[in-house]
Formats: sequence, C-alpha cells, structure tokens
Amino acid sequence: MDFFERFAVPHPSFAIYASMVAIGLTVVAVLAGLTYFKKWGYLWREWLTTVDHKRIGIMYLISALLMLFRGGVDAIMMRAQLSAPDLKLLDAQHYNEIFTTHGIVMILFMAMPFIMFFMNFVIPLQIGARDVAFPRLNALSFWLFFMGAMLFNISFIIGGSPDAGWTSYFPLAGNEFSTSVGTNYYMIAIQIAGIGTLMTGINFITTILKMRAPGMTLLKMPMFTWSAFIANVIIVFAFPVLAVLLAMGTLDRQFGTNFFTMDNGGMDMLWANIFWVWGHPEVYILILPAFGLYSEIISTFARRNLYGYKSMVGSMVLISLLSFLVWAHHFFTMGQGALTNSIFSITTMAIAVPTGVKIFNWLLTLRKGKIVITTPMLYSLLFIPLFTLGGVTGVMLAMSAADYQYHNTMFLVAHFHNVIIPGVVFAMLAGLTYYWPKMFGFMLNERIGKWTAWLLSIGFILSFMPMYITGLDGQARRMFTYSESTGFGPLNMVSFIGAGIMAIGFVLIVYNIYYSTRYASRNISNDPWDARTLEWATHTPVPEYNFAITPQVNSIEAFWDMKKKGHVIFKGEYEKIHMPNNSGIPFIMSCIFFVWGFSFVFSLWIPVIVTTIGIFVCMALRSFENDHGRYISVEEIEETETRLRGA
Amino acid sequence: MSELFPLKQVMGFVFSLILTAVALSVYFFNLSFSTGMIILLVTAFLQAGLQLVVFMHAGETEDKGAIYTNVYYGLIIALMTIFGTLLVLVWDM
Ligand code: HEM
Ligand SMILES: [Cu+2]
Repeated sequence: MDFFERFAVPHPSFAIYASMVAIGLTVVAVLAGLTYFKKWGYLWREWLTTVDHKRIGIMYLISALLMLFRGGVDAIMMRAQLSAPDLKLLDAQHYNEIFTTHGIVMILFMAMPFIMFFMNFVIPLQIGARDVAFPRLNALSFWLFFMGAMLFNISFIIGGSPDAGWTSYFPLAGNEFSTSVGTNYYMIAIQIAGIGTLMTGINFITTILKMRAPGMTLLKMPMFTWSAFIANVIIVFAFPVLAVLLAMGTLDRQFGTNFFTMDNGGMDMLWANIFWVWGHPEVYILILPAFGLYSEIISTFARRNLYGYKSMVGSMVLISLLSFLVWAHHFFTMGQGALTNSIFSITTMAIAVPTGVKIFNWLLTLRKGKIVITTPMLYSLLFIPLFTLGGVTGVMLAMSAADYQYHNTMFLVAHFHNVIIPGVVFAMLAGLTYYWPKMFGFMLNERIGKWTAWLLSIGFILSFMPMYITGLDGQARRMFTYSESTGFGPLNMVSFIGAGIMAIGFVLIVYNIYYSTRYASRNISNDPWDARTLEWATHTPVPEYNFAITPQVNSIEAFWDMKKKGHVIFKGEYEKIHMPNNSGIPFIMSCIFFVWGFSFVFSLWIPVIVTTIGIFVCMALRSFENDHGRYISVEEIEETETRLRGA
Repeated sequence: MSELFPLKQVMGFVFSLILTAVALSVYFFNLSFSTGMIILLVTAFLQAGLQLVVFMHAGETEDKGAIYTNVYYGLIIALMTIFGTLLVLVWDM
C-alpha cells in the first residue's frame, strides 16, 4: 500500500475529489464513445498520425480552447474567493495551487498553442508552401506539447498540484518549503512541452527562410509571417534557457544539488534571474504573432495596404534584440543597486518605443481606410486603446524607483492582464473568427461574435481596472483573502462581476461554434473577407497539398494584386506533388515521454530508465527508416481541383 | 597533392589539441583562480570558433552570411545575459 500512498493528494477537498470522478468519467466516456462509434481507426489515420500542418494546427486549436477553459475556471474560483473580505471558499493552500496552475496553463498551455495553431495553419499557406520544412518534427512538437500539458493538468488529482506561483521562485519552490511532488510536475511537464516548442521554433525558421514561394523576398512576406518569424527566433534563443533552468531546478529538488538553495553556496536569486531571462522574451513571443494577426486583419478591413511596412518589420527586429535586455525589471526590488536598476529601467522604456511605432502604424492604416466593422475588426479596434493602456502602465512599472510601490501588488496583475487579454487573447479570438471559414468552410455568426467581443471588453474593464486602484492602495497579489477594514471589498466585487461577464463571453464563443455549425451557410467563396494574402488564394476546404500550382509572387499583397491588378500568380501546368507520409512515431514517442515524465515526477527510476530507452529506440527507428514520402499524381490533382472548383 | 592532403583540417586538429592541452594545464599548475579562469575562457572560445569554422564548415557554403549573423546574434545575447547577470547578482549587490 505504501507504494500507492505517494499518489494521494496531500491537501484534498471535495472539489478535487469531484474533479477526479469527473475526469475519470470523461475518459471512460471518450474511450467508450470511440469504440461504440468505431472511430479508433479514423482517429489514428486522420489525426494521431497526421503530419499535415493544417490538421496539426487544428489539434493545437482544440488543446488551446480546452486549456482556456481550465485556466478560466481557475480564474473564476480566484475572483470568487476574493469577491468579498474574509471569504472561505478556498483556503490558502488551494488558492496557491490555483494561481500557480492558472498562470502556467494560460501562458504555456493556452496562449502558446493558440499561437502555434496560427503559425501551423496560416504560415505555409501564406508563403505558398506545401507544408512546413520538417512535417514529422512538427507532429512531434505538437504531441510533446500535448503530453506536457496533460501531465501538468493531472497534477492536482495525482500527487498534488504545484503551488509556488507560475514563476516558481526558490527557495519557496525548493524541497524545504514545497514538499509535495507538485513542483516536480512543474519542472518536468514544462520541460517536455518546452522541448516541443523549441523544435517548433527551428521548424518554422527553416520553413520561412527556405520554403517561400518564388518571388517572395523577405521584404515581400506578409506581416503575420514576419511576426511569427521573429517570434520563432526569440523562441530558439529563449527556450534553451528555460530548459536549462528547469533541469537545474529538477537537479536541486530530486538529486540534491545546490544551485538555488540558501546554503552550500547556492543562490536562490539565480532562479529569479534565469527565469526572467527566459520569461521576458516569452511575453514577446506571445505578443508578436498577435501583432502580426492584427496587422493582417486591420489592413484587410481597412481595405488598404498596411501603413509603414518596413518600420513594422524594423521595430520587430529591434524588439527581438531588446526583449533580451530588460529581464531584471521583474525584480527591481530584489536588492541590487541603483545603477543596475537604472540600466534596466532605461532598456525597458526603450522597448516601449518600437511597440509604440506599431500602434501608430495601425492608426495610420486606419486613417485613410474604408473601415468595415466585422468581428475580427471589432476585436482589433478594441485592442488598440485597451492595449495602449497596458503599455502605459508598463512604462510606469519600468521606473525602478516607482516600482517599489507597485511590485507584487494588484497593480502589476492589472498591467499584465491588460497587455495579455486585449493584446494576445483578443488577437487569438479575432484570428480564430478570421480564419474559421478557411478551416471549416463556413463563417462564425457575426452577431454573436460582436456580442462576444463587447462582453469580453466590458468584462475585462470591470474586472481589471479596479485592480489598478486596489493595487495602488496596497492590495498584494497572491493573497488568498483580506480583512474588511482594508476597504478592498467593493472593488473586488466589481472585479468578480467583470470576471463573470467575461465568462459569459467565453461561453458565447462555444455557443457561436455550435450555432454556426448548425445554421451557417456552407455556400461561401474561397475568399469571404475579400482579403489580401496568399492563404485566401487556394480553395476552401484547403486541399492537402495547399496549392495545385506553386504561386509566383512579385508584390507584398500578391493575392490582392491578382484580384485587382490582374497579376497572374498561378502559372504553368499541374505536376505531380511530393508529400510526406503519415507516421505514428511522434505520437508513440510522446506517449512514452508522458510515462517518462510521470515516473520522473515520482522518482520511480526503473520506469524512467525503461522509457528513456524507449525514447531512444523511437529516435533510432526514425534514423534508420527509409521513407521518401509519396507522390500525388496529376490525375488526382485534376480530380480534386475540379471537385473543389465545382462546389 | 594539395587536393588530397587536407592541410586545413590537419592544422585545425593539431591546433585544437594544443588548445586542449593548454586548458588542461590549468589543472596541473598552481595558478590563481582568475588566471586559470581566463585561460579556460580564452581557450574555450577559440576552441568553439575553431570547431565551427574548420570542422563544421561554417563559411564554406553560400548561406554563410546567415550562419555568421546567427552566431554573432547568439554571442551578443549570451554576453549581454552573462554580464547582465553578473551585474545584478555580483557586481552591484
Ligand atoms: C510597453 C511595453 C511594456 C513594458 C514597459 C512592461 C513593463 C513591465 C514591468 C516593469 C514589469 C514588472 C513589474 C513588477 O514586477 O513590479 C512587467 C510585468 C509583466 N509584464 Fe510587462 N511590460 C510591457 C509589455 C508587456 C507585454 C506586451 C506583455 C505580454 C504580452 C507583458 C507581460 C507581463 C507579465 C506577464 C508580467 C508579470 C509577470 C509576473 O510577475 O508574474 N508586458 N511588465
Ligand atoms: Cu518583462
């Protein structure tokens, strides 16, 4: 029995037991459903083994939406607990666990896969390629991310959830103060997902550099591709730091090293330092693709080209470098001297400049445009003022002397939600609405979509603006309750109401998907938004080879110029097309990784060794495999093309 | 003859052995910490550069521009990170 005791939850509650039952039942229901409807073969052939960037993208999307709801439930629980003074809905320990998982889930398992979804689905289409550079690596990236996310998510029902904050600062995260396996989950699960992300970075840099359509020079790439390119460069430089950091954390917790301990020559502040060396670039990894999406959407619905293309590109290149030079602004109060703080204050304020350049570019794009307010455009128009507010409070925080007042208060919490929600989340929802027809062949309902955008914005304002005030009044972040005499009560109630309104907004998204699936017209063109870039030049649904004939490009807005100026971008005859074969190895290898991670968390070394061997076997199999892909014949292309054109 | 004999590679190999020997000497001679560290750092960077250029053929293909840009960019970020960290945790504490 001793063996099984380690899997028990150290600090259980009714809600956790209820979740256990719910998760168990869901798994059984899914397995039973798959068996009953005989869908195993379909699932395996079409999804689990796929290497098609579009399908992998859709799997990222599904995961991101799932995680959005997991993180959202966490958020509502926290806001409910804080809605009035001295509430006892959650105790301190549960509150700690919830804010920790909320942060990680939202950033690494919601926002990141959402971005991966856009990169996967859009980039090959946007640059006129047939797939990414390394399709099978791409599948491995997805499955590693997925298994990492799942491993992290089971922590709260098996062995205990991490509870040292999403930043997991030592010494709190060390063995002395974090005794459960929760923080092991943090180290291992994020490590697995992080490896996947790093591979995605390499994959997409190669794709963008090597697989662009003929004629598409770097300075003719669409803005989303540019932003994703820069984000991937940042990924490749930042994620190794995270990998090393997590490995050091694991060594400290499970192998008795002293990198971050308080004695034996360890240095606890080193964790905070390295964490933010990765952490700050990470926030730019999130925001840059979001900026790219806004650029596409704004220029499409302002019906004109993007203002200041080159300054947009330049500011992003600058951001990619500057984002590595500001990390210490996250711990101005840690005790280093005024000189250091001043240096990092200045670099931080400097990064606001290229960000500001982009805001002006969008405004100037709008100025001479003929604006059409669709749902994606509505999100973008709401984004500009709301995000600017977050940028301004960021500059306030950047002043190190003043930051002593703001640091670790609700003011900080308000700042980063203010940049992440209107900046990243709105971009994701705008992009989702924008690309939905290309993925599924029908549009999402515009009326419900606009309601959602407004509800989310109003909910956001009600939820986060009060935090600026309570923060300045001294309400600390990560405190599970406060007393009545502080006077924080009423504003926190407003926040709770705002969070409720946002929750309604998110539910409306699901309703919109349901509603539109049932009622929306399937009779739409390949280019329902009258857009400007190549992804709209192919059929809906997109055939697996993307373009029957590789496009040839000679302007930034190739598709627009084809429509308006009569440029010919599809020249020549059909030729047979070389495509990669599906493979089960990425999925199987990632499943082994899951078992490896789980065993590692609980220090079960024998399964760790066995699965490590399994992982290497998978890699060896791949190395010795002789797989040259397959060809799609000209007849097959002709047939697909006529069918898609006819419909 | 000169096509058959890979002079550059052999020289590189010899040079990398010398660098290794120099680095190893830090262990055998009783040097002060900073002298030892300097020797290690200098030999390490030379060694890395040598491997990159001679044995990993950076600069021999037409994408050498991209390769060197990448290396310099990486170096800049690494140096900034290291010196920034030293500043934060050691020099200005
Ligand atoms: C105008 C540009 C920005 C400036 C000047 C800025 C400045 C800052 C500063 C100084 C802090 C640390 C404050 C403290 O801990 O006391 C901070 C925290 C944070 N910022 Fe920003 N920021 C900017 C944009 C962004 C963007 C675009 C994002 C994300 C998309 C972002 C996400 C975050 C997050 C997640 C944290 C806090 C993390 C934590 O402590 O848990 N910021 N920002
Ligand atoms: Cu930052």
